[in-house]
Amino acid sequence: MNVSSLGIATAPLSSPIPAQRCPVSSGQLLTACRLAWEQGGQLIALWASDDRDRERGFCVRVLLRDDDGLTLLEHTLPDEGARYPDLSLIFPVANRMQRSAFDLIGVHCDADDQRPWTWAAAWPIDQFPLRRDFEASPKWEPGEEDYPFVKVAGDGVHEIPVGPVHAGIIEPGHFRFQVVGEKVLRLEERLGYVHKGIEKRFEALGIAEAHRLAGRISGDSTVAYAWAYAQAVEQIASLAAPPRAVWLRALCLERERVANHLGDLGYLGNDGGFAFGLAQFSRLKEEVLRLNREAFGHRLLMDVVIPGGVAHDLDDAAATTMRAQCIELKREVRVLRDIYDEHAGLQDRFRTCGQVTHELALKLALTGFAGRASGVAQDLRCDFHSPPYDSLAVRKASHSDGDVAARVAVRFDEIRESLRLIDAILEGMPEGDIASPLPDLPAYALALGYVEGWRGPVLIALESGPRNSVRRCHPHDPSWQNWPLLEHAVIGNIVPDFPLINKSFNLSYSGHDL
Amino acid sequence: MLHVLKQIAKTGIKTEALPDPVREMVVTARLQQDILHTLGRALTIRHVDAGSCNGCELEIHALGNPYYNIEGAGIRFVASPRHADMLLVTGPVSKHMAIALKRTYDATPDPKLVVAVGDCGCTGGIFGESYASLGGVASVIPVDVAIPGCPPSPTTLLQGILAAVTAVAPRIEPSLARDSELAGTPTHGSATRAEIPATPMDHSKAQAELPLTPVDPASQLPLESRRDDSM
Repeated sequence: MNVSSLGIATAPLSSPIPAQRCPVSSGQLLTACRLAWEQGGQLIALWASDDRDRERGFCVRVLLRDDDGLTLLEHTLPDEGARYPDLSLIFPVANRMQRSAFDLIGVHCDADDQRPWTWAAAWPIDQFPLRRDFEASPKWEPGEEDYPFVKVAGDGVHEIPVGPVHAGIIEPGHFRFQVVGEKVLRLEERLGYVHKGIEKRFEALGIAEAHRLAGRISGDSTVAYAWAYAQAVEQIASLAAPPRAVWLRALCLERERVANHLGDLGYLGNDGGFAFGLAQFSRLKEEVLRLNREAFGHRLLMDVVIPGGVAHDLDDAAATTMRAQCIELKREVRVLRDIYDEHAGLQDRFRTCGQVTHELALKLALTGFAGRASGVAQDLRCDFHSPPYDSLAVRKASHSDGDVAARVAVRFDEIRESLRLIDAILEGMPEGDIASPLPDLPAYALALGYVEGWRGPVLIALESGPRNSVRRCHPHDPSWQNWPLLEHAVIGNIVPDFPLINKSFNLSYSGHDL
Repeated sequence: MLHVLKQIAKTGIKTEALPDPVREMVVTARLQQDILHTLGRALTIRHVDAGSCNGCELEIHALGNPYYNIEGAGIRFVASPRHADMLLVTGPVSKHMAIALKRTYDATPDPKLVVAVGDCGCTGGIFGESYASLGGVASVIPVDVAIPGCPPSPTTLLQGILAAVTAVAPRIEPSLARDSELAGTPTHGSATRAEIPATPMDHSKAQAELPLTPVDPASQLPLESRRDDSM
């Protein structure tokens, strides 16, 4: 994005894709966001840091993305009384991020919506955990909050509260439905139940060991997060991971994508009343996980990606088994796709269910595979050329209907493409070292990691502290973008279709609540 | 329909023999043998995610796949704690989930079993205790069995679940319990037990020590006899 017309100075920012950082005033923050919106850019993340110990007050950071790459706007608030402008009027997705930034660090936004988001009475509301002078007291007992949900009034309208403990084996969160008869008039989400202090925890860990925590931000995206974290560390260290390590990371990332899509396709069949689908897809997923364990020592591939490279090499025997598994999986998934496509009952549940139109997807910044199912054709693996994907010619999946059926179709397409990629990666895998030793890292350096995980692009913004410590680490899950869209996707559908719609997105709670 | 039947026939039966229970995972035996006997016939489990990263959930899901086929062993996941004999709780317990977890426990009829899942459920794991996390499940509700691992494999989960309904171990007095430690953040609560072996660094070891049951087609028993064997 070209911000020179706004009189904003830019500096390069360490990132795996082209990126710049710009110090901005309050007015420039608004005009830069407006310009980005007009040019088709999106707000990726908004977070804040406490830099008072370095005489810099609080820093509010806003990350924008467009076809050129990333632009980080950095706005300094001199003290806790200062306010920054409400960006949710331009980018609606900023709403929850602004509220969360206040809950965690106490930076005031000039917005009408001042409800808490991440805070739910675990600590006093006037204490801010990510401030450097924050001290938790053992006297604080978890309390209960009275969250002001929006209510729909009218004849026959009633409310259904769901959660935080859900009926299935899933993460906790609260959904408040306003319904008339079976029809959903409105859904409001209340998340934050799995907030366990990940960002604060990062600051107690050394930069070289914190990849383990990064790999546990969202267990289903452990490879994506660990890779993004490793990218950020390597950017700060001016270190390039060996080519073989990068190819092995991509191998793991594609296997993670395949495993998650297989699992969800099974549950989507099940939620559509077709238990056969769950039995078949969960069997295939299990076979992927077992081979992961055989090849890399862990079923979900946790702790395989480390800063500097990867922790496990792949031996020839495992590579051979993996290629055979690709052929077998391709065949099996094709058979199952035909069965799903031809199953009238299933298609009846999938089609026009939970629809997100292309216009709405663009306006609210729907991202990842769900975005691709609504015609938002973005995929980091294709849009920015970084190894090894630059030599693999990744084919982007894209559908336009934006309903459950489209998200199912994109998942099928992406499994097929990932299986092709796994085979191509194994074919083209370079020889050599799998890790480079990490040097000492410079203090107060900021870098980004950005990886197209199975759910969507996963971001790590990392700032180093003295003596190889983590000064600030902000992980950003694509679920931040997609959760508000789920509220829209459900409107007008019937309550029993909610599990199906929800599963078709399968958003992260842990990655969002941190 | 023909394709579906063909696929089912071609897939065949994938279910493997159940692993043996691992008694070391039992932290306390609160139940009488006769009650265990009753529960053991048809165990119902309510899963509660009290703050996990979702890794443990993925492996709990896997218990339902044809390889582990937990329903074939008479064990079923239910939608309400009021229908449950056992709570399978993943952690760490976030402060925001503490009240919901306590209420779920209270809503589960007696006699009930609590199984803490994963390094985080056992001790708080890598997240430890903080302004937002209470650490292990035992800091909020009493725990009968603790299953280590990050995440525990489905086989390890089965070993722990079966240990809860089959093993009878002497009750460990709180005075004998030793707080487990993680990176300088000791867990609290009198229900924390000494047996919890895992620290966050040795999850791979924990996986390695509890290997998957070898796949031996010859040992795949019909479902009926498996039920008898396991219970």
